[in-house]
Amino acid sequence: MSQTFVEPSAPAPADAVPRDLTTKPRFSDRVFRGVVTTGGLSSLAILGLITIFLGYRGFEVLRQEGFNFITSSTWAITTDDAGNVVESHFGLAAMLVGTILCSIIAVVIAVPISVFTALFLNFYAPVWLKKILVSVIDMMAAFPSILFGIWGFLVLMPSAEYWGKLLNHYLGFIPIFHVPASYFTRSPFIAGIVLAIMIIPIITSVSREVFSQTPLDRIQAAYALGATRWGMIQAVVIPYGRGGVVGGAMLGLGRAMGETVAVYTVLNIVYQVNWHVLFGAGGNIASLIILKFGDASPYEIKALMAAGLILFLLTLMVNAGADLIVKRFGGNKR
Amino acid sequence: MTDSTESENEKMDTTIKPSSLGDVASSVTRRAPGTMAMGRGLEARGIHAWFGKNHVLSDITLDFAAGTVTALIGPSGCGKSTFIRTMNRMHEFIPGTAMAGEVLLDGRDVYAQGVDVTKIRLQIGMVFQKPNPFPSMTIGQNVLSGLKLAQLKVANKDDLMEECLERAGLWNEVKDRLNAHGGSLSGGQQQRLCIARALAVRPQVLLMDEPCSALDPGSTLRIEETIRHLSDSMTIIIVTHNMQQAARVSDYTAFFLSDNGPGQMIECAPTSEIFSRPRDKRTENYVTGRFG
Repeated sequence: MSQTFVEPSAPAPADAVPRDLTTKPRFSDRVFRGVVTTGGLSSLAILGLITIFLGYRGFEVLRQEGFNFITSSTWAITTDDAGNVVESHFGLAAMLVGTILCSIIAVVIAVPISVFTALFLNFYAPVWLKKILVSVIDMMAAFPSILFGIWGFLVLMPSAEYWGKLLNHYLGFIPIFHVPASYFTRSPFIAGIVLAIMIIPIITSVSREVFSQTPLDRIQAAYALGATRWGMIQAVVIPYGRGGVVGGAMLGLGRAMGETVAVYTVLNIVYQVNWHVLFGAGGNIASLIILKFGDASPYEIKALMAAGLILFLLTLMVNAGADLIVKRFGGNKR
Repeated sequence: MTDSTESENEKMDTTIKPSSLGDVASSVTRRAPGTMAMGRGLEARGIHAWFGKNHVLSDITLDFAAGTVTALIGPSGCGKSTFIRTMNRMHEFIPGTAMAGEVLLDGRDVYAQGVDVTKIRLQIGMVFQKPNPFPSMTIGQNVLSGLKLAQLKVANKDDLMEECLERAGLWNEVKDRLNAHGGSLSGGQQQRLCIARALAVRPQVLLMDEPCSALDPGSTLRIEETIRHLSDSMTIIIVTHNMQQAARVSDYTAFFLSDNGPGQMIECAPTSEIFSRPRDKRTENYVTGRFG
């Protein structure tokens, strides 16, 4: 052997300093880095520009209305013949409450359906059926929302109205199922059902993905202990996938909040806060914008931009909340 | 196994019916450790197994007498794991698999029509190669998870938990932190937790698929001690790549080999014979380290 060995007992020099380790990336690597960095930052830039635009355009209205913008429900503007604003009151309370209400109804309906669908696809469905169902569900996600709206209006509404009456009849003592007058058409409940159908695909596919990643050794452990399939799912799959399901539900909630056309088609927009989900009066920020945008005066457009900013912040908060929840549920116990 | 013990077991059979498939719940509360009736053990009759079209096991017939430890040795891919997975019907869990032959537990075919597969897995427990405690459950919940999964009732859960952890050789290490999560234990402790979990449903037979291959020598030693204690009250079949381990823990050893075809059982004999004077040349080559 020609190598020389350093005595292992030799003490390290006292003035040892960690060396700077540098690597000079190759040209091709630098180019690629530039491309992906541009791509990654561009979405951030676009989002930032939209926020600035909304804030800039809506600032005047926000300053004038102050806190009333989210606490009052009046939406009125009077102009003189020359088009100058005489008097204006803009308040989003009814729309804000309506948006949250419809979305929550949608999530409450969609989550159980999606979770059961995902469990069926992963653990019960034969392979051929699974393939068909997965592509149908993916197709549902790409389905134009106006068609959901029209279908909801023409087909679903009569049935859903009846379901609403049933709920009211048997559960009317619960405040949210109470109705101030017997008017069940175009209620937040019906809008919630349409939204639920629209967000089922996304919650299903997220849940299916996390469920399918359940470690096989844990599934086998449960079966080897004499578990039934359902027992195994309860003991292993659901605890493992819980965080993912919550994340999927939050994604769905975000989508439901921003949905415009479908809700606009089926919901009766009323400028009054209404917590009675079966009563045909609701609100929705996105639908308000589309309702007013066509013939709004320049000043009212500013108010609509401010409303858009509020909607944007709301969805941002929901997503941040989702992140937090996923981290809490999904953490080290997986 | 001698005739006298066999007839003794038969007698116990008639009194507390350990073999009755539906009677697991009640027997859990009645039996005490060491007094458990072990039945006639497990018999494999002409077992074949396939993965799709791939024939991986050919005509294995082996008896596992009650209260014995049998080691299955042989090179990788010779079908040892597949064989024990046919014993508790975990083989069919993988899509596209098939098997032929009979597995008799107390003389009854576990593959017979109308047999509830979940009950079979309660009577024939299993410990896997990689420790797999349920991470969402505490140590205590892990031990009792089998009862919950199989919806068994037990009179005193705390006693059962302590007994199972004691028998798995883990009680002293975890008794002060039963509410910690299963994942907080070391690998060796996790594997003993999995053994305790398997014991809690009172299996007659325990299948161990290379239970120590992911563990350090100290943990391996603890688990081997555990296996020796457990063999007082149950039938154990252990797959191992470690021939010293086979020699240390088992009463019988079966040598499996696949010669580019389906896996076969070359010979099965008392462990001392397999390692001192095997009948087959191939067994001798393997146990003396000339191949594999």
